[in-house]
Amino acid sequence: MRKGIIGLLAGVCLLSAPVAAQEAEQPTVIRAAVLRVDDPGLPPISRLELPTDDLGFAGARLAIEDNDTTGRFMGQDFEAKEITATPQSFSDEIGRLLSDGIEFIVLLADDPVTLKAADQVGDRAVILNARARGDNLRGADCRFNTIHVAPSHAMMADALAQFLMWKNWTRWFLIEGSHPADGDLAAAFRRSASKFGAKLVEERVYEDTGGARRTDSGHVQVQKQMPVFTQRAPEHDVVLAADEADVFAAYLPYQTWDPRPVAGSAGLVPRSWHPAMEAWGATQFQNRFERLAGRQMREVDYQAWLALRMIGEAATRTQSGDADTLREFMLSDRFEVAGFKGQKLTLRDWDHQLRQPILLTTGLLMASVSPQEQYLHQTSQLDTLGIDRPETECTFQEAT
Amino acid sequence: MKHLLILALCLSAAPAMANRVFVTNEKGNDITVLDSATLDVIGTYPAGNRPRGITISPDGSELYVCASDDDLVRVFDPETMEETHTLPSGPDPELFVLHPSGNPLYIANEDDNLVTVVDVKTHQVLAEIPVGVEPEGMGVSPDGKVVINTSETTNMAHFIDSDSFEIFANVLVDSRPRFAEYNHDGSKLYVSSEIGGTVSVIDPATQQITHKIGFDIPGVLPEAIQPVGVRVTSDGKKVFVALGPANRVAVIDGETDEVRDYLLVGQRVWQMAFTPDEKFLFTTNGNSNDVSAIDVDAERVVKSIPVGQQPWGVVVAPN
Repeated sequence: MRKGIIGLLAGVCLLSAPVAAQEAEQPTVIRAAVLRVDDPGLPPISRLELPTDDLGFAGARLAIEDNDTTGRFMGQDFEAKEITATPQSFSDEIGRLLSDGIEFIVLLADDPVTLKAADQVGDRAVILNARARGDNLRGADCRFNTIHVAPSHAMMADALAQFLMWKNWTRWFLIEGSHPADGDLAAAFRRSASKFGAKLVEERVYEDTGGARRTDSGHVQVQKQMPVFTQRAPEHDVVLAADEADVFAAYLPYQTWDPRPVAGSAGLVPRSWHPAMEAWGATQFQNRFERLAGRQMREVDYQAWLALRMIGEAATRTQSGDADTLREFMLSDRFEVAGFKGQKLTLRDWDHQLRQPILLTTGLLMASVSPQEQYLHQTSQLDTLGIDRPETECTFQEAT
Repeated sequence: MKHLLILALCLSAAPAMANRVFVTNEKGNDITVLDSATLDVIGTYPAGNRPRGITISPDGSELYVCASDDDLVRVFDPETMEETHTLPSGPDPELFVLHPSGNPLYIANEDDNLVTVVDVKTHQVLAEIPVGVEPEGMGVSPDGKVVINTSETTNMAHFIDSDSFEIFANVLVDSRPRFAEYNHDGSKLYVSSEIGGTVSVIDPATQQITHKIGFDIPGVLPEAIQPVGVRVTSDGKKVFVALGPANRVAVIDGETDEVRDYLLVGQRVWQMAFTPDEKFLFTTNGNSNDVSAIDVDAERVVKSIPVGQQPWGVVVAPN
């Protein structure tokens, strides 16, 4: 408590001091790396979602530009190395980054790789998880050295659940894929159902048996298969798809046996970002990104941008380039960052998850934003999304 | 000129002055003109693409509008509402401030991290000043010597020398600073922070934050309290702060910096303007598409006036 007050006073002093132009002096260099570990798997169902070479990196570049513009006034210079790796090679790459003295690693990887990377890094660097959504990474498998910029499955599911309850669509038909990550998302939907009082009237598993995928664009086989797969379900209001592996969900809308809306992995999709979002000053942010990258911003770009902006914000507020100082500040209750979501974003101290509103999107637009205003909370309305303090399974090993 | 003088004399005898109130409608691409005495709509006129910031020359002869998506400033005759000419502005002009003498115009280019200085007589760009990320708020000291720009992602108020166009100080404030406003004797500078939820009171002489004004409204979520526009009465005693989606304007004691009251206005209130006699303060309410008229003495909202789509900026013609 006492430490907290001293910290607070220091913060006030820092804030009130005028920032002298320090251009003449040698700037403090703050180094980070963006490590993208690409999945070997199949291409996505829709060619609109084909990965680009600069996926994630483009967001990082915009963040470095933003940080450097501010850094000009602070005597700070930001760098982010861009590295791509495979699930086989990432460990060597991390080894090289550590021996290079890099202390912030923005990681764009799946759940298992993210956990392995955190364990490899130990206390030598901070991992900023900008892709993996697994609830285990914030729960039983949480690591003190990891900050989760990407929202969790639980946050996504709760964001959707709040909207569905507001619509009074309380009877859910859940279809999950047969891949492990699909099961994780389905578990998050089940948890949300009990949290918000929805009823899972039916659950089915869509087996991935391989197949032609994109060859018929959905209109030959899919038009026959999907109605058959979804028939004879009990009375339901909405079909929820849990398809992280991108095998079937995109085929569901308009093909279900009963005429019902689809949500989750297709239809109404919860996302951290959408290129049509224009609220809260986002238009100029989208413009800046599109001018830099020559394409629209995706979730991974936004999350990489936000991760590096968090480092930049900590460096501005502490006027420091020291990694320990920056990490401590980010994890303190004084830290907040703006992310074009209409409110400040802060970190949960129990699992290092960044609190953030979740966009509920259709193909062309943002249809709603959660938390829905009717769901209140004693500390932050954003804590109605995801795993709250009393229910967390995370116990950090004391940081050394 | 003679006409104006006679008109002014006649008007000063009347109990309430009638001034034209100009409101930019960001999504409607037009300007709604109101009458400050009757509080009625006089007319609606085209304004180019995405009109946001709006101001008027001290003599009332030229109305300047940031047409953000046209990348220029459109200039109108305030009486006829005919466009007379345009001024270069740099890309995506959002807000600007006119030097107290009426020239030049200092424009924040939100997409380009610049403040562009434009001579309104010669129509020439005098300077481009690199500032922080997403420049927005623009203020000028009463003596015209210092121009303030706030940058929303860098979170600073930049102090710019209006002669040399050089930044001489930067003050770090809370997240997303939107607006900068001096009081009339130049002893205080108010900078609002939309996401931080505060207004920083800065001593312009030392560039130190002397006080941070916070807001707390019963029944309103703290996240919804997003300070944007700031206006100060000429005696410095009353400061009004528009609180965005909190749908309220805070009334602050200009001497003690204490919040005295919250006035309920329309939805998502952003910018404000006084009538020259400071009898009324008008607020733009972007989500309810209306303007609220506040009686400044009584500190009461007296009327809501429907305008166009997503009203953004407002200015009142001088006497």
